[in-house]
Amino acid sequence: MAGKPLLSKPVLSKHWEYAPAPESRSVVSLLPSYGLFIDGAFVDGGAGSGSFKTINPATEEVLTEVVEASSADVDRAVAAARKAYTRTWSKMSGRERGKYLFRIARLVQERARELAVAETLDNGKPIKESRDVDLPLVAAHFFHYAGWADKLAYAGFGPNPASLGVCAQVIPWNFPLLMLAWKIAPALAAGNTVVLKPAETTPLTALLFAEICQQADLPPGVVNIITGAGATGQALVEHPGIDKVAFTGSTEVGKAIARAVAGTDKKVTLELGGKAANIVFDDAPMDQAIEGIVRGVFFNQGHVCCAGTRLLVQESVADDVVKALKRRLKTLRLGDPMDKNTDIGAINSAVQLGRIRAMTDIGEAEGAERWSPKCDLPARGFWYPPTVFTGVTQAHRIAREEIFGPVLSVLTFRTPKEALEKANNTPYGLSAGVWTDKGSRILWMSQHLRAGVVWANTFNQFDPASPFGGYKESGYGREGGRHGLEAYLHG
Amino acid sequence: MPPLSTSVAGADPDALADVARSEASLRRFLHGLPGVDQVGVEARASDLGTRSIKTTAKAFAIDLAISMIDLTTLEGMDTHGKVKALCAKGIRPDPTDSSVPKVAAICVYNDLVGVAKKALRGSGVHVAAVATAFPSGRASRAVKLADTADAVSAGADEVDMVIDRGAFLSGHYTAVFDEIVAVRAACGEGRGRSHLKVILETGELQTYDNVRRASWLAMLAGADFIKTSTGKIAPAATPPVTLIMLEAVRDFREATGRQVGVKPAGGIRTTKDAIKNLVMVSEIAGDDWLDPAYFRIGASSVLNDLLMQRTKLTAGRYSGPDYFTLD
Repeated sequence: MAGKPLLSKPVLSKHWEYAPAPESRSVVSLLPSYGLFIDGAFVDGGAGSGSFKTINPATEEVLTEVVEASSADVDRAVAAARKAYTRTWSKMSGRERGKYLFRIARLVQERARELAVAETLDNGKPIKESRDVDLPLVAAHFFHYAGWADKLAYAGFGPNPASLGVCAQVIPWNFPLLMLAWKIAPALAAGNTVVLKPAETTPLTALLFAEICQQADLPPGVVNIITGAGATGQALVEHPGIDKVAFTGSTEVGKAIARAVAGTDKKVTLELGGKAANIVFDDAPMDQAIEGIVRGVFFNQGHVCCAGTRLLVQESVADDVVKALKRRLKTLRLGDPMDKNTDIGAINSAVQLGRIRAMTDIGEAEGAERWSPKCDLPARGFWYPPTVFTGVTQAHRIAREEIFGPVLSVLTFRTPKEALEKANNTPYGLSAGVWTDKGSRILWMSQHLRAGVVWANTFNQFDPASPFGGYKESGYGREGGRHGLEAYLHG
Repeated sequence: MPPLSTSVAGADPDALADVARSEASLRRFLHGLPGVDQVGVEARASDLGTRSIKTTAKAFAIDLAISMIDLTTLEGMDTHGKVKALCAKGIRPDPTDSSVPKVAAICVYNDLVGVAKKALRGSGVHVAAVATAFPSGRASRAVKLADTADAVSAGADEVDMVIDRGAFLSGHYTAVFDEIVAVRAACGEGRGRSHLKVILETGELQTYDNVRRASWLAMLAGADFIKTSTGKIAPAATPPVTLIMLEAVRDFREATGRQVGVKPAGGIRTTKDAIKNLVMVSEIAGDDWLDPAYFRIGASSVLNDLLMQRTKLTAGRYSGPDYFTLD
């Protein structure tokens, strides 16, 4: 077999270590503290308000201090939004509203690098993701809905659809600025004004967005940003001056909101948890399926409501898939989120890390086999290695409950029917993935999967033109595209 | 040659021995390989293209890339003078800096092998000859074998053959297989055998599924290297194509224990392109392939860009193109 040596010996050693490639932090200049953004200006918290610090979860350093808004502050913000709604925004032509949204979209693009760095500092996600996924999508959502603002009569909700009024919007910490865009862009396009509360651990980019609203000369009160924790959010959604509640977050809080608004006139959309099945058939394009599994569950440290956390793999290829998956996971790079080569960043908070640990301990205690690639976790900050559980069955809690971390449960199936039954056998129904080279099977599966989004031979693809939302305990209402307008309009 | 990795767990050198026993079995095997999803593989290649390679990692990559170059001239107007100049460049890429590694090989047409061989004597730089009616391969088997024998007798260390794309596209896989086996036999035997690189000409195979099948076909038939392109057809070595071929050599070693090399050729013009290729090698096939014995870059213009970037790293500033030789 061996011929003459191609080269007598390798010129260089074979080990190639990527040098650190950190994104510059200096593109963001943060103030030591931020007020609430009400009626077009940053203001101090009023009586009864408090303050809290937001930290970088990768280092635990304090980034800035923000106000914990009181119910009096909520009153002020809702009043400002009401005034802006009745006096300015609801009377403005769609074309004019669109002008502001286009302006915001362009400003987001111009400040994309700064916003991406701020997002990574506050959230812990890799800069590669905030730069290449979050920020382009944020701008795309504003551009998309800017285009709808003067075409609402053609959106299919009647010839003269009307705006709702003041919207209370409460968003999670996993995609802080992107969830803001999903909420604010359609609301404003449809002619509503908003009071938005970012998550307590990730208020930073929402406050920078408030600056963008000022830069865009958006009329005061159209967008109001109030920071705070659960109590502030509760005061906001229960406020009598609100016409519409839009919430993205946990199913538990979603249920509380549904109870709170029951019997009122408030319209509600909820985008809640998930336990998505990523279904791999034996005829799947295997290398791409492995990528899809990785992207499905380890993207954003698994802090994704539509994450493909249940891998359903056909038993005949299960061993090969798990082997290839483990090989692939060994190449993931965990570490400093500001490094451009980092694939897995920090867990967003100590609380979330505690939840992930508790759930994975349960998985082990219930007899599933746990595996992680060898990786060194940084000493400071909140970290969890990519983890795969094999030997998981439908009866395991790690196959039923949302973990919201980089944890994959591997289950097997024998026939398409069994795959479908197992995939649907969950209280959730946000998303699902199907991997097969057979087009007819993709169509059959997607017709029968009870999930708001079904990805075929891909996963975690988002587009502003595509509606997103859940079945069952994953919530109701759709965000994105023409469908996303319905939540903000009276037909 | 570095030890063949027969120690790969589960690998069986005879695992695929009888795959090519008939047209039907060969077809079954090739068509049984997992499909390639176009969108997915292109996304993966483009994602790996965003790796940021800086400072020490970049310096390492530049020298490694230079040492992997098959410096190539394949023109009708090639002369002894041109080939000699290229050989001088290959041995000492930067006349002002002796720390620059030499390239892996000089790649020329058959009739110029002797000239290159003489110019490279004692340098350790190999001579690669394109043979088998390169680039189209449209000649009889006898002519192709004679072409190969000619290159080998002139002293070519490596033979770059083209597959019969017509036969491949019409589904005559055994014809392609048998031809590779025959050319390999014409490369000699034992320790002095010329190494065989099999050019798939992926730009003509068109689909990624075909790239994967042709890769396996060539490896099964005994290729030492699989090579993307002749450089005469566009597109040549696109990142997704190279990525699929790297997956193929990785999987082939896993199955058989034999480590086959990969050579993207054509279209790699800048240091960035070269580094993106090395990132794919490292993250898809693994660091065992980060070695000129298992990865080559077929190119000509990329060398000067690598030298320019190397100078930038050592001197801290860019110099103009006139500070590097045109050969």
